[in-house]
Amino acid sequence: MLDIALLCRGLVKRYADVTALDGLDLEVHAGECFGMLGPNGAGKTTTIEILQGLLQPDAGRVEVLGHAWRTHERELRQRMGTQLQETKLPDKLTVEEVVALFRSFYRRGKSVDQVLEEVQLLEKRGAWVSRLSGGQRQRLAVACALVSEPDVLFLDEPTTGLDPQSRRQMWGIIERFRSHGGTTLLTTHYMEEAEHLCDRVAIVDHGRVIALGTPRQLIESLGAEHVVEFAIDNDVLVPDEVYLDLSGVQGVAHDDGKTRLTASHVHLVIPDLMRVLERRGATLDQLTTHHATLEDVFLSLTGRHLRDG
Amino acid sequence: MTGSMRSWPIVHLTLWRVREFTREPEALFWVFAFPILLAFALGVAFKGRGPEVIRVAVEDGDGAAATAAALRISERLEPLVLDSAEAHNRLRTGKVALVVRPGEPVLLRYDSTRAESEMARMVVGDALQDAAGRREARVIAHETVAEPGARYIDFLIPGLLGLNIMGTGMWGVGFGIVKNRSQKLLKRFMASPMQRSQYLLSFVLARLVFLGLEVVAVLLFGHLVFGVPLRGSVFSVAIIVVLGAMTFAGLGLLVASRSKTIEGVSGLMNLVMVPMWIFSGVFFAYSHFPDAVQMFARYLPLTALNDALRAVLLDGAPLVAVAGLLAILLLWASVGFGVALKIFRWE
Repeated sequence: MLDIALLCRGLVKRYADVTALDGLDLEVHAGECFGMLGPNGAGKTTTIEILQGLLQPDAGRVEVLGHAWRTHERELRQRMGTQLQETKLPDKLTVEEVVALFRSFYRRGKSVDQVLEEVQLLEKRGAWVSRLSGGQRQRLAVACALVSEPDVLFLDEPTTGLDPQSRRQMWGIIERFRSHGGTTLLTTHYMEEAEHLCDRVAIVDHGRVIALGTPRQLIESLGAEHVVEFAIDNDVLVPDEVYLDLSGVQGVAHDDGKTRLTASHVHLVIPDLMRVLERRGATLDQLTTHHATLEDVFLSLTGRHLRDG
Repeated sequence: MTGSMRSWPIVHLTLWRVREFTREPEALFWVFAFPILLAFALGVAFKGRGPEVIRVAVEDGDGAAATAAALRISERLEPLVLDSAEAHNRLRTGKVALVVRPGEPVLLRYDSTRAESEMARMVVGDALQDAAGRREARVIAHETVAEPGARYIDFLIPGLLGLNIMGTGMWGVGFGIVKNRSQKLLKRFMASPMQRSQYLLSFVLARLVFLGLEVVAVLLFGHLVFGVPLRGSVFSVAIIVVLGAMTFAGLGLLVASRSKTIEGVSGLMNLVMVPMWIFSGVFFAYSHFPDAVQMFARYLPLTALNDALRAVLLDGAPLVAVAGLLAILLLWASVGFGVALKIFRWE
């Protein structure tokens, strides 16, 4: 009943000394916004480039919109839109000229004006690319991807390095594409981006998918939706069992000199925690609490932070 | 969208190349202004003047005044009476071509490796003999000519034209492609349905757009300012120039076919072009080189281009007369494009 727009089965890709993909499986449904989340070097870009027919996998099967690259390359190129991580668009062309150049490669698509309006670059149409801000350049790259009215949109870290406002603008563009029925595969290492945009998320590490689900499901897999994080100032050691006995605490983790408790009810945990620590003569250095995020999921799965690479 | 020309990828790709060039003032300078400035500077420096006045020194002492007076009769000599030390100092630094020590016999001191000194020796010798009452054994009449087509500037203009065609072809194509590759634009295009052949063709078409302007600028300048003759037919010149431009576009493509960085391609570019700057008869005839070097020089594409341009422009030769040279160009063009397309790195 759900159409599969993108399919990877057992993808393997090796470079001279590293295995970038180690049997990666992925299914993206038509019309969904799917996020690949993972640290640098996890294999996100390699996967996205194989899906776009730019790289050949060493093993495994790929289908895009139900077709293989080998047999349907011409058609698939017409039906996908892309933004690559490292592309620098021509500096000396105007915004309008760049979009018109890309538009000319496709049989069908929108007018240049239409797509510039969509990415809010209409008033910059006559400006040289070299004069654009980082956010504007990135929106121009996405405009070049959207100008053909693609069925599938590939975005490789579309908001990396952007300020919060530019990031929100980009989110708006992606949400609009999705609301018109388009399928999006995006990679990111911003948890809040994946939580905000994606219907489903795959967490990728060392070339494999280690967790898959909606952002909600993944966070719930932690068993509790709050995280209490604190550090102890002196050398008092408190065994983990002590923390686990506190009401509502589901898990304990140690990271970078800090202790992290996942808990269902912050207001119950904190008074108990204070009492326990005082009894054992430990002084509290810092104490923070937040809603559990995908970052916490990644941390509990791998023991590492996403941004550590 | 309408099916008008405005939606053709090749039009957009070519326009892009043209804009990239016209929006880069430095590139405009090197392609249009530089060859003309060079032609002007060299043309003025080596302009065919009347016989040059030669400065010679006469050592002060007995008979110095008389010797100087005898030399002064010749219009070509400018004798200066100087003390011995100063005279030799000036000879050493090249301010005089030769030093005359009066006496019997008269002593001429000069450096025989300097062309100017050799000339001075003959003119001074004649002047002194004439002053002493020499009679010519045989009367010789002189007639001097300065025929357009035989002067240095006439040799230079076709050479500069060839040099410019080589430079713009190789840089225009090679640099543009490597820039696109290093900016990952090539990869971005590979993700789109753009046809590779159209991308490459756009570089060739953009070359043709500028070629006409470049050629006309240099030839017109030479013709109007220095009276360089344009004897061949416009058609012949156009054929040679286009074939030359294609040859160097092909070589530019070859040089750029695998380079990932601008630095890398610049090095290769110089490796290919510098020998031709020297051996292909741009600034001086390659007939000065030893035979073995000439053999090598003759098969270089720029040599073939320059020789063909000179034959047609200066001597008014028909295309048939330069068919062999055109064949050399065609061979280089085929090798350039053929190998480049085989080994080209799109990703």
